[in-house]
Amino acid sequence: MNTDIKTQTPTDIFNAAKARLDFPALHQEVHGRPLVYLDNAATTHKPASVIEAVNRFYQRDNSNVHRGVHYLSQKATGQYERARETVKRFINASDQSEIIFTRGATESVNLIAQTYGRNFIRAGDEILISEMEHHSNIVPWQILCEQTGATLKIIPFTDSGEIDLNVYQKLLNPQVKLVGIVHLSNTLGTINPVTEMVKMAHAQEIPVLIDGAQSVAHIPVDVQAIDADFFVFSGHKVFGPTGIGVLYGKLDWLKQLPPYQGGGDMIHSVTFEKTIYADVPHKFEAGTPNIAGAIGLGAALEYLTSWSMDEIVRYEDDLLRYATAKLRNVEGLSIIGEAQAKAGVLSFALEDIHPHDIGTILDMEGVAVRTGHHCTQPIMDHYQIPATTRASLAFYNNRADIDALMQALQKAIEVFR
Amino acid sequence: MSEIRELYQELILDHNRNPQNFKPLPGANHHSEGFNPLCGDHYHIYIKTDENNIIEKITFDGKGCAISKASASLMTSFLKGKTVEEAIRAFESFHDVVTGKIDPETGMAELGKLAVFAGVRDFPVRVKCASLAWHTMKAALTETETVISTE
Ligand SMILES: Cc1ncc(COP(=O)(O)O)c(C=O)c1O
Repeated sequence: MNTDIKTQTPTDIFNAAKARLDFPALHQEVHGRPLVYLDNAATTHKPASVIEAVNRFYQRDNSNVHRGVHYLSQKATGQYERARETVKRFINASDQSEIIFTRGATESVNLIAQTYGRNFIRAGDEILISEMEHHSNIVPWQILCEQTGATLKIIPFTDSGEIDLNVYQKLLNPQVKLVGIVHLSNTLGTINPVTEMVKMAHAQEIPVLIDGAQSVAHIPVDVQAIDADFFVFSGHKVFGPTGIGVLYGKLDWLKQLPPYQGGGDMIHSVTFEKTIYADVPHKFEAGTPNIAGAIGLGAALEYLTSWSMDEIVRYEDDLLRYATAKLRNVEGLSIIGEAQAKAGVLSFALEDIHPHDIGTILDMEGVAVRTGHHCTQPIMDHYQIPATTRASLAFYNNRADIDALMQALQKAIEVFR
Repeated sequence: MSEIRELYQELILDHNRNPQNFKPLPGANHHSEGFNPLCGDHYHIYIKTDENNIIEKITFDGKGCAISKASASLMTSFLKGKTVEEAIRAFESFHDVVTGKIDPETGMAELGKLAVFAGVRDFPVRVKCASLAWHTMKAALTETETVISTE
Protein backbone atom coordinates (compact mmCIF):
# COMPACT_ATOMS: atom_id res chain seq x y z
CA MET A 1 0.00 0.00 0.00
CA ASN A 2 2.61 2.45 1.16
CA THR A 3 4.82 2.00 -1.85
CA ASP A 4 1.80 2.51 -4.09
CA ILE A 5 1.15 5.86 -2.56
CA LYS A 6 4.77 6.90 -3.02
CA THR A 7 4.71 6.29 -6.74
CA GLN A 8 1.47 8.08 -7.27
CA THR A 9 1.74 11.37 -9.11
CA PRO A 10 -0.87 14.07 -8.62
CA THR A 11 -2.17 12.89 -11.96
CA ASP A 12 -3.20 9.63 -10.37
CA ILE A 13 -4.51 11.13 -7.16
CA PHE A 14 -6.90 13.52 -8.83
CA ASN A 15 -9.54 11.90 -10.96
CA ALA A 16 -9.50 14.21 -13.98
CA ALA A 17 -11.05 11.54 -16.17
CA LYS A 18 -14.09 11.53 -13.93
CA ALA A 19 -14.26 15.32 -13.85
CA ARG A 20 -14.11 15.41 -17.64
CA LEU A 21 -17.23 13.26 -17.89
CA ASP A 22 -19.19 15.95 -16.07
CA PHE A 23 -18.67 18.46 -18.91
CA PRO A 24 -20.82 17.67 -21.95
CA ALA A 25 -19.25 20.24 -24.29
CA LEU A 26 -15.81 18.65 -23.96
CA HIS A 27 -17.03 15.57 -25.79
CA GLN A 28 -17.32 16.73 -29.36
CA GLU A 29 -15.32 16.93 -32.54
CA VAL A 30 -14.19 20.11 -34.27
CA HIS A 31 -12.90 19.97 -37.85
CA GLY A 32 -13.16 16.19 -37.59
CA ARG A 33 -10.85 16.00 -34.54
CA PRO A 34 -11.69 15.44 -30.89
CA LEU A 35 -11.88 18.83 -29.19
CA VAL A 36 -8.86 19.74 -27.06
CA TYR A 37 -10.01 22.73 -25.06
CA LEU A 38 -7.14 24.86 -23.77
CA ASP A 39 -8.83 28.24 -23.62
CA ASN A 40 -10.02 28.12 -20.03
CA ALA A 41 -8.72 31.56 -19.13
CA ALA A 42 -11.17 33.00 -21.67
CA THR A 43 -14.04 30.93 -20.38
CA THR A 44 -14.51 27.50 -18.84
CA HIS A 45 -17.00 24.84 -19.86
CA LYS A 46 -20.01 24.09 -17.68
CA PRO A 47 -20.70 20.86 -15.83
CA ALA A 48 -24.07 19.17 -16.46
CA SER A 49 -25.22 20.16 -12.96
CA VAL A 50 -24.94 23.86 -13.83
CA ILE A 51 -26.76 23.46 -17.14
CA GLU A 52 -29.40 21.46 -15.30
CA ALA A 53 -29.82 24.09 -12.55
CA VAL A 54 -30.36 26.88 -15.08
CA ASN A 55 -32.70 24.68 -17.08
CA ARG A 56 -34.69 23.69 -14.00
CA PHE A 57 -35.13 27.31 -13.02
CA TYR A 58 -36.71 28.24 -16.35
CA GLN A 59 -38.67 25.01 -16.64
CA ARG A 60 -40.17 25.11 -13.19
CA ASP A 61 -39.36 27.99 -10.87
CA ASN A 62 -39.18 31.01 -13.17
CA SER A 63 -40.37 34.12 -11.39
CA ASN A 64 -39.09 37.54 -10.35
CA VAL A 65 -37.28 37.95 -7.03
CA HIS A 66 -38.11 40.05 -3.99
CA ARG A 67 -41.37 41.16 -5.56
CA GLY A 68 -44.17 38.69 -5.13
CA VAL A 69 -46.01 36.93 -2.37
CA HIS A 70 -46.86 34.09 -4.69
CA TYR A 71 -45.31 30.66 -4.47
CA LEU A 72 -42.96 30.84 -7.45
CA SER A 73 -41.64 34.26 -6.56
CA GLN A 74 -40.82 33.07 -3.07
CA LYS A 75 -39.11 30.03 -4.51
CA ALA A 76 -37.05 32.07 -6.97
CA THR A 77 -36.10 34.52 -4.22
CA GLY A 78 -35.05 31.66 -1.98
CA GLN A 79 -32.83 30.15 -4.65
CA TYR A 80 -31.30 33.49 -5.59
CA GLU A 81 -30.44 34.25 -1.98
CA ARG A 82 -29.13 30.73 -1.44
CA ALA A 83 -26.74 31.31 -4.33
CA ARG A 84 -25.52 34.39 -2.49
CA GLU A 85 -24.94 32.24 0.59
CA THR A 86 -23.00 29.71 -1.53
CA VAL A 87 -20.75 32.46 -2.90
CA LYS A 88 -20.22 33.78 0.61
CA ARG A 89 -19.09 30.36 1.80
CA PHE A 90 -16.95 29.74 -1.27
CA ILE A 91 -14.79 32.83 -0.82
CA ASN A 92 -15.25 32.85 2.98
CA ALA A 93 -16.86 36.27 3.29
CA SER A 94 -18.02 37.07 6.81
CA ASP A 95 -21.51 38.20 5.87
CA GLN A 96 -23.95 37.37 3.08
CA SER A 97 -24.65 41.03 2.42
CA GLU A 98 -21.03 41.47 1.38
CA ILE A 99 -21.83 39.57 -1.84
CA ILE A 100 -23.24 41.67 -4.68
CA PHE A 101 -24.29 40.06 -7.93
CA THR A 102 -23.13 41.87 -11.07
CA ARG A 103 -22.75 41.00 -14.75
CA GLY A 104 -19.16 39.95 -14.25
CA ALA A 105 -15.71 41.00 -13.06
CA THR A 106 -15.77 43.94 -15.46
CA GLU A 107 -18.98 45.37 -14.07
CA SER A 108 -17.76 44.78 -10.52
CA VAL A 109 -14.64 46.89 -11.10
CA ASN A 110 -16.69 49.61 -12.78
CA LEU A 111 -19.10 49.60 -9.85
CA ILE A 112 -16.29 50.23 -7.38
CA ALA A 113 -14.56 52.78 -9.60
CA GLN A 114 -17.74 54.82 -9.88
CA THR A 115 -19.11 54.50 -6.33
CA TYR A 116 -15.89 54.53 -4.33
CA GLY A 117 -14.67 57.13 -6.80
CA ARG A 118 -17.65 59.41 -6.21
CA ASN A 119 -17.15 59.46 -2.45
CA PHE A 120 -13.41 59.10 -1.99
CA ILE A 121 -11.43 60.19 -5.05
CA ARG A 122 -10.48 63.81 -5.60
CA ALA A 123 -8.12 65.71 -7.91
CA GLY A 124 -4.51 65.01 -7.00
CA ASP A 125 -5.24 61.54 -5.56
CA GLU A 126 -3.51 58.48 -6.95
CA ILE A 127 -4.86 55.09 -7.94
CA LEU A 128 -2.23 52.37 -8.04
CA ILE A 129 -2.55 49.32 -10.28
CA SER A 130 -0.03 46.85 -11.65
CA GLU A 131 1.45 46.65 -15.13
CA MET A 132 -0.08 43.18 -15.60
CA GLU A 133 -3.74 44.16 -15.17
CA HIS A 134 -6.47 43.08 -17.54
CA HIS A 135 -7.99 46.02 -19.43
CA SER A 136 -11.04 45.67 -17.18
CA ASN A 137 -8.90 46.71 -14.21
CA ILE A 138 -7.28 49.59 -16.14
CA VAL A 139 -9.91 51.39 -18.18
CA PRO A 140 -12.48 51.94 -15.37
CA TRP A 141 -9.72 53.72 -13.40
CA GLN A 142 -8.69 55.78 -16.41
CA ILE A 143 -12.30 56.89 -16.77
CA LEU A 144 -12.40 57.76 -13.07
CA CYS A 145 -9.15 59.70 -13.38
CA GLU A 146 -10.59 61.71 -16.26
CA GLN A 147 -13.68 62.46 -14.21
CA THR A 148 -11.85 63.51 -11.07
CA GLY A 149 -8.37 64.68 -12.00
CA ALA A 150 -6.77 61.79 -10.10
CA THR A 151 -3.66 60.07 -11.48
CA LEU A 152 -3.17 56.43 -12.40
CA LYS A 153 0.16 55.02 -11.18
CA ILE A 154 1.64 51.71 -12.28
CA ILE A 155 3.48 49.01 -10.30
CA PRO A 156 5.94 47.47 -12.79
CA PHE A 157 6.72 43.77 -13.07
CA THR A 158 10.07 42.10 -13.78
CA ASP A 159 10.85 40.19 -16.98
CA SER A 160 10.01 36.92 -15.28
CA GLY A 161 6.53 38.36 -14.65
CA GLU A 162 6.73 39.15 -10.93
CA ILE A 163 5.85 42.28 -9.04
CA ASP A 164 8.85 43.77 -7.24
CA LEU A 165 7.57 44.42 -3.73
CA ASN A 166 10.31 46.98 -3.03
CA VAL A 167 9.13 49.10 -5.93
CA TYR A 168 5.54 48.62 -4.79
CA GLN A 169 6.48 49.79 -1.29
CA LYS A 170 7.98 52.97 -2.72
CA LEU A 171 4.84 53.70 -4.73
CA LEU A 172 2.62 53.54 -1.66
CA ASN A 173 2.14 57.02 -0.23
CA PRO A 174 -0.62 59.10 1.37
CA GLN A 175 -1.86 60.27 -2.06
CA VAL A 176 -2.76 56.71 -3.02
CA LYS A 177 -6.47 56.17 -2.36
CA LEU A 178 -6.88 52.70 -3.84
CA VAL A 179 -4.73 49.78 -5.00
CA GLY A 180 -5.99 47.36 -7.69
CA ILE A 181 -4.17 44.06 -8.30
CA VAL A 182 -4.86 40.97 -10.33
CA HIS A 183 -4.70 37.83 -8.19
CA LEU A 184 -3.73 35.49 -11.02
CA SER A 185 -2.62 36.98 -14.34
CA ASN A 186 -4.63 35.74 -17.32
CA THR A 187 -1.61 36.24 -19.60
CA LEU A 188 1.44 35.42 -17.48
CA GLY A 189 -0.06 32.93 -15.05
CA THR A 190 1.63 34.80 -12.19
CA ILE A 191 0.04 34.34 -8.78
CA ASN A 192 0.63 37.65 -7.05
CA PRO A 193 1.41 37.79 -3.30
CA VAL A 194 -1.86 39.56 -2.62
CA THR A 195 -1.99 38.92 1.13
CA GLU A 196 1.35 40.62 1.58
CA MET A 197 0.46 43.42 -0.82
CA VAL A 198 -2.80 44.09 1.02
CA LYS A 199 -0.92 44.20 4.30
CA MET A 200 1.54 46.74 2.93
CA ALA A 201 -1.29 48.94 1.64
CA HIS A 202 -3.25 48.64 4.87
CA ALA A 203 -0.21 49.82 6.81
CA GLN A 204 -0.98 53.16 5.17
CA GLU A 205 -4.76 52.71 5.40
CA ILE A 206 -5.15 52.26 1.65
CA PRO A 207 -7.93 49.88 0.54
CA VAL A 208 -7.20 47.18 -2.04
CA LEU A 209 -9.32 45.69 -4.81
CA ILE A 210 -8.31 42.20 -5.95
CA ASP A 211 -9.25 41.02 -9.45
CA GLY A 212 -9.96 37.35 -8.84
CA ALA A 213 -11.37 36.61 -12.32
CA GLN A 214 -8.72 33.93 -12.89
CA SER A 215 -7.98 32.82 -9.36
CA VAL A 216 -11.31 31.48 -8.09
CA ALA A 217 -11.28 28.43 -10.37
CA HIS A 218 -7.64 27.52 -9.78
CA ILE A 219 -6.44 28.39 -6.27
CA PRO A 220 -8.18 28.55 -2.89
CA VAL A 221 -9.61 31.98 -2.17
CA ASP A 222 -10.33 33.27 1.31
CA VAL A 223 -11.15 36.97 1.19
CA GLN A 224 -10.79 37.32 4.97
CA ALA A 225 -7.35 35.70 4.99
CA ILE A 226 -6.30 37.99 2.12
CA ASP A 227 -8.00 40.84 3.98
CA ALA A 228 -9.16 42.24 0.62
CA ASP A 229 -11.41 45.27 0.79
CA PHE A 230 -12.95 44.39 -2.56
CA PHE A 231 -12.70 41.17 -4.56
CA VAL A 232 -14.25 40.64 -8.00
CA PHE A 233 -14.82 37.66 -10.28
CA SER A 234 -16.96 36.34 -13.14
CA GLY A 235 -19.18 33.26 -13.07
CA HIS A 236 -18.25 32.04 -16.53
CA LYS A 237 -14.57 31.50 -15.69
CA VAL A 238 -15.43 29.31 -12.73
CA PHE A 239 -17.67 26.80 -14.56
CA GLY A 240 -20.80 28.95 -14.20
CA PRO A 241 -22.94 30.84 -16.72
CA THR A 242 -22.02 34.04 -18.56
CA GLY A 243 -23.63 37.32 -17.55
CA ILE A 244 -23.24 36.78 -13.81
CA GLY A 245 -20.40 37.90 -11.58
CA VAL A 246 -19.60 38.90 -8.06
CA LEU A 247 -18.41 41.92 -6.19
CA TYR A 248 -17.31 41.18 -2.66
CA GLY A 249 -16.82 44.20 -0.45
CA LYS A 250 -16.20 44.54 3.27
CA LEU A 251 -19.46 45.58 4.86
CA ASP A 252 -17.91 48.72 6.36
CA TRP A 253 -16.92 49.89 2.91
CA LEU A 254 -20.13 48.94 1.16
CA LYS A 255 -22.15 50.93 3.70
CA GLN A 256 -20.10 54.02 2.92
CA LEU A 257 -20.60 53.81 -0.84
CA PRO A 258 -23.42 55.45 -2.80
CA PRO A 259 -25.59 53.32 -5.13
CA TYR A 260 -24.24 52.46 -8.59
CA GLN A 261 -27.43 52.50 -10.64
CA GLY A 262 -30.92 53.64 -9.69
CA GLY A 263 -34.06 51.60 -10.23
CA GLY A 264 -36.30 48.99 -8.74
CA ASP A 265 -35.17 46.63 -5.98
CA MET A 266 -32.54 49.04 -4.69
CA ILE A 267 -34.89 51.24 -2.68
CA HIS A 268 -36.84 51.27 0.56
CA SER A 269 -39.23 53.95 -0.56
CA VAL A 270 -39.53 56.40 -3.41
CA THR A 271 -41.36 59.70 -3.53
CA PHE A 272 -40.61 62.50 -5.93
CA GLU A 273 -39.16 64.43 -3.02
CA LYS A 274 -36.95 61.78 -1.51
CA THR A 275 -35.86 58.23 -2.12
CA ILE A 276 -34.51 56.02 0.63
CA TYR A 277 -32.12 53.36 -0.58
CA ALA A 278 -32.23 49.74 0.40
CA ASP A 279 -29.49 48.26 2.54
CA VAL A 280 -26.53 46.40 1.11
CA PRO A 281 -26.36 44.28 -0.95
CA HIS A 282 -29.67 45.29 -2.59
CA LYS A 283 -28.62 48.93 -2.81
CA PHE A 284 -26.19 47.83 -5.54
CA GLU A 285 -28.55 45.51 -7.41
CA ALA A 286 -30.91 47.82 -9.28
CA GLY A 287 -33.47 46.19 -11.54
CA THR A 288 -34.30 42.54 -12.13
CA PRO A 289 -31.05 40.65 -11.70
CA ASN A 290 -29.73 37.67 -13.64
CA ILE A 291 -31.62 35.20 -11.46
CA ALA A 292 -30.90 32.08 -13.48
CA GLY A 293 -27.27 33.15 -13.75
CA ALA A 294 -26.90 33.51 -9.99
CA ILE A 295 -28.50 30.10 -9.46
CA GLY A 296 -26.19 28.61 -12.09
CA LEU A 297 -23.18 30.21 -10.41
CA GLY A 298 -24.29 28.75 -7.07
CA ALA A 299 -24.48 25.32 -8.71
CA ALA A 300 -21.01 25.79 -10.23
CA LEU A 301 -19.44 26.65 -6.88
CA GLU A 302 -21.19 23.73 -5.24
CA TYR A 303 -19.87 21.49 -8.00
CA LEU A 304 -16.34 22.81 -7.52
CA THR A 305 -16.61 22.32 -3.76
CA SER A 306 -17.32 18.64 -4.38
CA TRP A 307 -13.66 18.39 -5.40
CA SER A 308 -10.72 19.20 -3.20
CA MET A 309 -9.22 22.54 -4.18
CA ASP A 310 -5.84 21.44 -2.84
CA GLU A 311 -5.88 18.45 -5.16
CA ILE A 312 -6.93 20.63 -8.08
CA VAL A 313 -3.97 22.91 -7.36
CA ARG A 314 -1.53 19.99 -7.24
CA TYR A 315 -3.00 18.40 -10.34
CA GLU A 316 -2.96 21.59 -12.42
CA ASP A 317 0.56 22.36 -11.21
CA ASP A 318 1.74 18.94 -12.38
CA LEU A 319 0.10 19.54 -15.76
CA LEU A 320 1.69 22.98 -15.99
CA ARG A 321 5.14 21.51 -15.31
CA TYR A 322 4.56 18.78 -17.87
CA ALA A 323 3.52 21.30 -20.53
CA THR A 324 6.30 23.73 -19.64
CA ALA A 325 8.96 21.04 -20.04
CA LYS A 326 7.56 20.07 -23.45
CA LEU A 327 7.37 23.67 -24.66
CA ARG A 328 10.93 24.38 -23.55
CA ASN A 329 12.10 21.67 -25.94
CA VAL A 330 10.71 23.52 -28.95
CA GLU A 331 13.41 25.41 -30.80
CA GLY A 332 12.81 29.14 -31.09
CA LEU A 333 9.98 29.12 -28.56
CA SER A 334 9.98 31.48 -25.61
CA ILE A 335 7.61 31.22 -22.69
CA ILE A 336 6.16 34.56 -21.63
CA GLY A 337 5.72 34.60 -17.86
CA GLU A 338 8.04 32.54 -15.70
CA ALA A 339 7.11 33.57 -12.19
CA GLN A 340 8.00 31.26 -9.30
CA ALA A 341 4.38 31.24 -8.21
CA LYS A 342 2.56 30.40 -11.39
CA ALA A 343 -0.73 28.71 -12.31
CA GLY A 344 -1.89 26.91 -15.47
CA VAL A 345 -1.51 29.65 -18.05
CA LEU A 346 1.07 29.09 -20.81
CA SER A 347 1.74 32.09 -23.00
CA PHE A 348 4.43 31.68 -25.60
CA ALA A 349 5.94 33.21 -28.70
CA LEU A 350 7.58 31.38 -31.58
CA GLU A 351 10.26 33.02 -33.67
CA ASP A 352 9.01 33.88 -37.15
CA ILE A 353 5.49 32.51 -36.68
CA HIS A 354 2.77 34.94 -35.76
CA PRO A 355 0.38 33.70 -33.02
CA HIS A 356 -2.62 34.23 -35.26
CA ASP A 357 -1.23 31.75 -37.78
CA ILE A 358 -0.48 29.28 -35.00
CA GLY A 359 -4.03 29.67 -33.69
CA THR A 360 -5.56 28.84 -37.07
CA ILE A 361 -3.41 25.75 -37.57
CA LEU A 362 -4.06 24.52 -34.02
CA ASP A 363 -7.77 25.05 -34.55
CA MET A 364 -7.72 22.84 -37.65
CA GLU A 365 -6.21 20.14 -35.41
CA GLY A 366 -9.04 20.53 -32.91
CA VAL A 367 -6.91 22.40 -30.38
CA ALA A 368 -8.58 25.55 -29.00
CA VAL A 369 -6.15 28.18 -27.71
CA ARG A 370 -6.32 31.94 -27.59
CA THR A 371 -4.05 34.16 -29.61
CA GLY A 372 -3.73 37.91 -29.27
CA HIS A 373 -3.01 40.37 -26.48
CA HIS A 374 -5.56 38.79 -24.10
CA CYS A 375 -6.85 42.23 -23.07
CA THR A 376 -3.45 42.96 -21.51
CA GLN A 377 -1.75 45.24 -24.02
CA PRO A 378 0.65 46.71 -21.43
CA ILE A 379 2.06 43.18 -20.94
CA MET A 380 2.62 42.90 -24.72
CA ASP A 381 4.35 46.29 -24.64
CA HIS A 382 6.56 45.14 -21.76
CA TYR A 383 7.91 42.26 -23.85
CA GLN A 384 7.64 44.27 -27.11
CA ILE A 385 5.56 41.64 -28.82
CA PRO A 386 2.23 42.15 -30.59
CA ALA A 387 0.58 39.00 -29.26
CA THR A 388 1.12 35.59 -27.72
CA THR A 389 -0.37 32.16 -28.15
CA ARG A 390 -1.92 31.10 -24.85
CA ALA A 391 -2.90 27.64 -23.67
CA SER A 392 -4.77 27.81 -20.36
CA LEU A 393 -5.64 24.79 -18.25
CA ALA A 394 -8.53 23.60 -16.15
CA PHE A 395 -8.80 20.53 -13.94
CA TYR A 396 -10.58 18.58 -16.69
CA ASN A 397 -7.52 18.80 -18.95
CA ASN A 398 -4.95 16.01 -19.01
CA ARG A 399 -1.54 15.12 -20.41
CA ALA A 400 -3.09 13.85 -23.63
CA ASP A 401 -4.39 17.41 -24.23
CA ILE A 402 -0.85 18.73 -23.86
CA ASP A 403 0.46 16.04 -26.22
CA ALA A 404 -2.18 17.07 -28.77
CA LEU A 405 -1.11 20.70 -28.38
CA MET A 406 2.52 19.74 -28.99
CA GLN A 407 1.66 17.71 -32.07
CA ALA A 408 -0.41 20.54 -33.53
CA LEU A 409 2.40 22.94 -32.79
CA GLN A 410 4.81 20.72 -34.71
CA LYS A 411 2.44 20.92 -37.70
CA ALA A 412 2.46 24.70 -37.52
CA ILE A 413 6.24 24.68 -37.43
CA GLU A 414 6.34 22.32 -40.44
CA VAL A 415 4.09 24.60 -42.47
CA PHE A 416 6.29 27.59 -41.78
CA ARG A 417 9.67 25.95 -41.94
CA MET B 1 -3.50 19.23 -43.08
CA SER B 2 -4.75 19.74 -46.65
CA GLU B 3 -7.12 22.56 -45.62
CA ILE B 4 -4.19 24.23 -43.94
CA ARG B 5 -2.12 23.99 -47.13
CA GLU B 6 -5.13 25.38 -48.98
CA LEU B 7 -4.86 28.50 -46.82
CA TYR B 8 -1.09 28.68 -46.48
CA GLN B 9 -0.12 28.29 -50.14
CA GLU B 10 3.60 28.32 -50.97
CA LEU B 11 3.29 31.75 -52.55
CA ILE B 12 1.83 33.15 -49.33
CA LEU B 13 4.58 31.56 -47.25
CA ASP B 14 7.21 32.96 -49.62
CA HIS B 15 5.86 36.47 -49.43
CA ASN B 16 5.62 36.18 -45.65
CA ARG B 17 9.30 35.23 -45.48
CA ASN B 18 10.46 37.70 -48.10
CA PRO B 19 7.93 40.48 -48.39
CA GLN B 20 8.19 42.76 -51.46
CA ASN B 21 8.04 46.56 -51.21
CA PHE B 22 8.52 46.25 -47.47
CA LYS B 23 9.84 49.71 -46.61
CA PRO B 24 8.65 53.25 -46.02
CA LEU B 25 8.35 55.52 -49.05
CA PRO B 26 9.84 59.00 -48.76
CA GLY B 27 7.94 61.34 -51.05
CA ALA B 28 4.68 59.41 -50.81
CA ASN B 29 1.64 61.59 -51.43
CA HIS B 30 -0.83 59.12 -49.89
CA HIS B 31 -0.46 57.30 -46.60
CA SER B 32 -2.70 55.39 -44.25
CA GLU B 33 -2.36 53.22 -41.17
CA GLY B 34 -4.38 50.05 -40.60
CA PHE B 35 -5.04 48.02 -37.44
CA ASN B 36 -6.60 44.68 -36.73
CA PRO B 37 -7.23 44.86 -32.98
CA LEU B 38 -8.17 41.17 -32.79
CA CYS B 39 -4.64 39.98 -33.47
CA GLY B 40 -2.55 43.11 -33.29
CA ASP B 41 -1.80 43.41 -37.01
CA HIS B 42 -0.60 46.91 -37.77
CA TYR B 43 0.56 48.27 -41.15
CA HIS B 44 1.32 51.50 -42.92
CA ILE B 45 0.71 51.80 -46.65
CA TYR B 46 2.60 54.46 -48.62
CA ILE B 47 1.63 55.44 -52.16
CA LYS B 48 3.05 57.84 -54.72
CA THR B 49 0.72 58.69 -57.59
CA ASP B 50 1.65 60.80 -60.61
CA GLU B 51 -0.34 63.59 -62.29
CA ASN B 52 -2.32 61.03 -64.33
CA ASN B 53 -3.47 59.26 -61.17
CA ILE B 54 -1.23 56.30 -61.86
CA ILE B 55 0.31 54.51 -58.90
CA GLU B 56 3.99 55.05 -59.47
CA LYS B 57 5.20 53.49 -56.24
CA ILE B 58 3.50 51.67 -53.41
CA THR B 59 5.14 50.21 -50.29
CA PHE B 60 4.22 49.05 -46.81
CA ASP B 61 5.72 48.38 -43.42
CA GLY B 62 4.49 47.13 -40.07
CA LYS B 63 3.81 43.85 -38.32
CA GLY B 64 1.31 41.07 -38.53
CA CYS B 65 0.46 37.48 -39.32
CA ALA B 66 1.55 35.61 -42.45
CA ILE B 67 -1.75 36.17 -44.24
CA SER B 68 -1.80 39.91 -43.68
CA LYS B 69 1.86 40.37 -44.56
CA ALA B 70 1.72 38.26 -47.72
CA SER B 71 -1.44 40.05 -48.73
CA ALA B 72 0.22 43.46 -48.37
CA SER B 73 3.26 42.22 -50.26
CA LEU B 74 1.28 40.78 -53.18
CA MET B 75 -1.08 43.74 -53.26
CA THR B 76 1.69 46.29 -53.54
CA SER B 77 3.33 44.30 -56.36
CA PHE B 78 -0.01 44.01 -58.12
CA LEU B 79 -1.02 47.65 -57.90
CA LYS B 80 2.19 49.22 -59.08
CA GLY B 81 1.48 50.91 -62.44
CA LYS B 82 -2.31 50.70 -62.08
CA THR B 83 -4.55 53.74 -61.99
CA VAL B 84 -6.29 54.77 -58.78
CA GLU B 85 -9.61 53.69 -60.32
CA GLU B 86 -8.22 50.27 -61.18
CA ALA B 87 -6.91 49.91 -57.65
CA ILE B 88 -10.32 50.62 -56.15
CA ARG B 89 -11.91 48.13 -58.57
CA ALA B 90 -9.34 45.51 -57.61
CA PHE B 91 -10.16 46.17 -53.96
CA GLU B 92 -13.82 45.37 -54.65
CA SER B 93 -13.00 42.15 -56.53
CA PHE B 94 -10.53 40.99 -53.91
CA HIS B 95 -12.97 41.70 -51.13
CA ASP B 96 -15.78 39.83 -52.90
CA VAL B 97 -13.57 36.81 -53.42
CA VAL B 98 -12.19 36.51 -49.87
CA THR B 99 -15.63 37.03 -48.36
CA GLY B 100 -17.03 34.37 -50.69
CA LYS B 101 -19.44 36.77 -52.43
CA ILE B 102 -18.22 35.74 -55.86
CA ASP B 103 -16.58 32.68 -57.22
CA PRO B 104 -12.78 32.82 -57.26
CA GLU B 105 -12.75 31.52 -60.85
CA THR B 106 -14.53 34.62 -62.18
CA GLY B 107 -13.38 37.18 -59.64
CA MET B 108 -9.73 36.21 -59.61
CA ALA B 109 -9.24 36.14 -63.34
CA GLU B 110 -8.39 39.84 -63.30
CA LEU B 111 -6.48 39.54 -60.02
CA GLY B 112 -3.83 37.14 -61.30
CA LYS B 113 -1.52 35.87 -58.55
CA LEU B 114 -3.81 37.23 -55.87
CA ALA B 115 -5.95 34.14 -56.52
CA VAL B 116 -3.86 32.40 -53.83
CA PHE B 117 -6.00 34.14 -51.24
CA ALA B 118 -9.19 32.39 -52.36
CA GLY B 119 -8.62 29.80 -49.60
CA VAL B 120 -9.28 32.48 -46.98
CA ARG B 121 -13.02 32.32 -47.72
CA ASP B 122 -13.12 29.04 -45.74
CA PHE B 123 -11.59 30.76 -42.68
CA PRO B 124 -14.01 33.58 -41.85
CA VAL B 125 -11.94 34.86 -38.91
CA ARG B 126 -8.97 35.33 -41.22
CA VAL B 127 -10.76 37.41 -43.86
CA LYS B 128 -9.80 40.54 -41.95
CA CYS B 129 -6.14 39.54 -42.11
CA ALA B 130 -6.25 39.15 -45.89
CA SER B 131 -8.13 42.38 -46.46
CA LEU B 132 -6.39 44.68 -43.96
CA ALA B 133 -3.79 45.96 -46.44
CA TRP B 134 -6.50 46.51 -49.03
CA HIS B 135 -8.69 48.54 -46.69
CA THR B 136 -5.67 50.57 -45.69
CA MET B 137 -4.70 51.15 -49.32
CA LYS B 138 -8.22 52.28 -50.16
CA ALA B 139 -8.27 54.65 -47.20
CA ALA B 140 -4.92 56.08 -48.30
CA LEU B 141 -6.18 56.74 -51.82
CA THR B 142 -9.62 58.06 -50.97
CA GLU B 143 -8.35 59.87 -47.88
CA THR B 144 -11.57 59.38 -45.97
CA GLU B 145 -9.71 58.35 -42.86
CA THR B 146 -6.02 58.06 -42.20
CA VAL B 147 -6.24 55.47 -39.45
CA ILE B 148 -8.49 52.52 -40.14
CA SER B 149 -9.44 49.54 -38.05
CA THR B 150 -10.99 46.27 -39.11
CA GLU B 151 -13.16 46.12 -35.98
C1 LIG C 1 -7.69 38.76 -15.02
C2 LIG C 1 -9.01 39.12 -15.60
N1 LIG C 1 -9.70 40.15 -15.09
C3 LIG C 1 -10.90 40.50 -15.56
C4 LIG C 1 -11.48 39.83 -16.60
C5 LIG C 1 -12.80 40.30 -17.10
O1 LIG C 1 -13.79 39.34 -16.97
P1 LIG C 1 -15.19 39.50 -17.69
O2 LIG C 1 -14.91 39.79 -19.12
O3 LIG C 1 -15.88 38.21 -17.46
O4 LIG C 1 -15.90 40.65 -17.01
C6 LIG C 1 -10.80 38.75 -17.17
C7 LIG C 1 -11.35 37.97 -18.29
O5 LIG C 1 -11.52 38.36 -19.40
C8 LIG C 1 -9.54 38.39 -16.66
O6 LIG C 1 -8.86 37.37 -17.18
